[in-house]
Amino acid sequence: MTERRQGLLFVAPAVAVLAGVALYPILGTIWLSLHRSILVFHEHRFVGFDNWATLFEDARFWSALVTTLYFSAVAVSAELALGLLFALLLHGVFRGRGLLRAAVLVPWAIPTVVSARLWGWLFNPDHGLVARMLPGDEVNWLGTPGYALHAAIVVDVWKTTPFVALILLAGLQAIPVELGRAAALDGAGPLRILWSITLPLLRPALAVAAVFRGLDAMRVFDAVYVLTGGGPANTTETLSIYAYKTLMRSGDFGYGSTIAVATFVCVSVLAAIYLWLVVPTQEPA
Amino acid sequence: MKRLGLLLAMTAALTFCVGPFLWQVLTSLRPETEQTRLALPTRPTLQAYAEVFEGRAFAQVMLNSFAVASLTTLLCLAIGALAAFALARLPVPGRGALLAAALGASMFPPIATVGPLFLLIRALGLRDQLAGLVLPYATFALPLTLWVLTAHFRQLPPDLYRAARIDGCTPFAAFWRVLLPLAAPGLVTTGLLVFIFSWNEFLYALTFTSSPEHRTVPVAIALFASEHAEPWAQIAAASVIVTLPLVILTLAFQRRLVSGLTAGAVKG
Repeated sequence: MTERRQGLLFVAPAVAVLAGVALYPILGTIWLSLHRSILVFHEHRFVGFDNWATLFEDARFWSALVTTLYFSAVAVSAELALGLLFALLLHGVFRGRGLLRAAVLVPWAIPTVVSARLWGWLFNPDHGLVARMLPGDEVNWLGTPGYALHAAIVVDVWKTTPFVALILLAGLQAIPVELGRAAALDGAGPLRILWSITLPLLRPALAVAAVFRGLDAMRVFDAVYVLTGGGPANTTETLSIYAYKTLMRSGDFGYGSTIAVATFVCVSVLAAIYLWLVVPTQEPA
Repeated sequence: MKRLGLLLAMTAALTFCVGPFLWQVLTSLRPETEQTRLALPTRPTLQAYAEVFEGRAFAQVMLNSFAVASLTTLLCLAIGALAAFALARLPVPGRGALLAAALGASMFPPIATVGPLFLLIRALGLRDQLAGLVLPYATFALPLTLWVLTAHFRQLPPDLYRAARIDGCTPFAAFWRVLLPLAAPGLVTTGLLVFIFSWNEFLYALTFTSSPEHRTVPVAIALFASEHAEPWAQIAAASVIVTLPLVILTLAFQRRLVSGLTAGAVKG
C-alpha cells in the first residue's frame, strides 16, 4: 500500500466522526428549517421558506439578534481592554508573576455554569455582595431589564478575560525587547513606547483574540441561560437561547432550526474572518 | 511610587481573578444564620458539603461527568493522534482543507447542530444515556485534538520518521513505536484540554439527558434547587467540589495548558 493510501486510511476515522457530528447535523438543521416539524404532534412536512418569512417578521428574533450583538460587542471590548492590562502586568512584573499567572487561570478553569451560579449569588438582590457593596439605591441586577444583560456581560468578562490575557501575553513575548530599549534610549516614555511600538506590533494577537472571543460571544448560551434564563421579559434572550427554547421547550424543530441557522450564519461571518487571519500562515511546511 | 502602583495593580488583578471564587468558598462554609454577613464566618461548618453528598445523587453525577469526559478524551486521542500523524508526515491529499474544515467545525454554534443530533440520538435509543454524549462532544474535542497534535507531530524531526521507515517499519509501526512515544507531552496537553472542555460542557448534556441520575456536573449545578429557598450554601459547596479538581489540575499543568491554548492563536 502506498504512503498516500495509508495516510487516507489513517485520517478516515477522524473524517467519518467529523462528518457524523458536524457536517450531517448542520445540513440537517438547514433541511429542518425548510419544514414544519413539531415532535409531539408527529407533524413533519416541507414548507419551503415559510419559516424564513416568519423569521424576518419575528420581533422576538430581531430583539434576540440585537441582544446578542450588544452582548458580544460590549463583552469583547471589555475583555480586550482588561486582557491587555493583565498581559502588560504579567509581562512587566517579576516578583509575583508566577502567582498572578496561576490566579489568572482560575476563572478559565471554572466551568461556565459554575461561574454563572457564583455570580448569581453575588448579584443576589437580598444577600449578594454586589448589592451590598455598591452605594446608592439597591438594584435587583438580575430582575431589572437593562441591568440583567450587563450582569451577564460581567460574568462573561470575568470568565474569559484570562484567555484573552494569555493570548496577548504570548503576543507580547514575541516582540523583540530591543525595540523598546532602543526607543527608550531615544527618549521615548513608557506610554509612548506602548502606543507607538507595542500596540502596533500586538495587532495580530489583538485581532485573533477579538475574533476568537467574538465567535464565542455570538453563540453564548451557558452563562446567560443559567444566570437569567433569558429574562426578565426576554431582555437577556440571545439567539442561542431563543433557538433552544423553540427547539426543546416548544418542540418546534422547524422554526427552532431556522433560528439556529440564522445564528450559524452570523457566527460564520466571524469564523470566515478568523480562518482568513490564521490558516494561510499554518499551511504544512 | 512605581512599586506602590505595581503592588496596587497586582492586588486588584488577584482580587478580580480569585476573589469571586473565594467568596464562593466562604459561602459554602457559612452556617445558615451567617449567610447575610460580610465578615469571615465565625463558626465555619462543613454541613453544606455533607448535605450535597447526601443520598449519593451528587456522587453519581460526578461519576457521570468523569466517565463522559474520560471516554471523550480517549476516543479523540485514539482517532485524533493517528490522523494528526498522517496529516503531519504522510502525503495525504487535501490535508490543508481537512484542517480548515476541522477548525470550521469547532466554531459551529452548538445550537446549530443540537436539533438533528437530538433526533439521531433518539432514533439510536441513546437518549438519556451517557454514551449518547461522547460522540456529540467530538464536535468540539476532535478539531482541537487534530490541531494541537498535528502541530506536535510537525515539531518532531522529519528524519525520525524516515529513519524508522528505512529500518523496515511500516508507516503505522513508525507512528506507534517511534513518533507516538515522543509526542507524549502533546498527548497530555491535548487530553487535559479535551477533558476540561468535556467536563464543562452544558448545552448537549442539558438536551440529551433527562433523568437526574444521568445528569452531568454542569447540568446538575444549573438545575440545583430544593423545595425551599435557593440552597446557596449547598450550591456553593457543590461548585467548590467540582471546581477544585479542575483548578488543581490546571495549576499543576499550567505551562502545558497555556502553550496548548495559545498555540493555534498566535502563530498566525
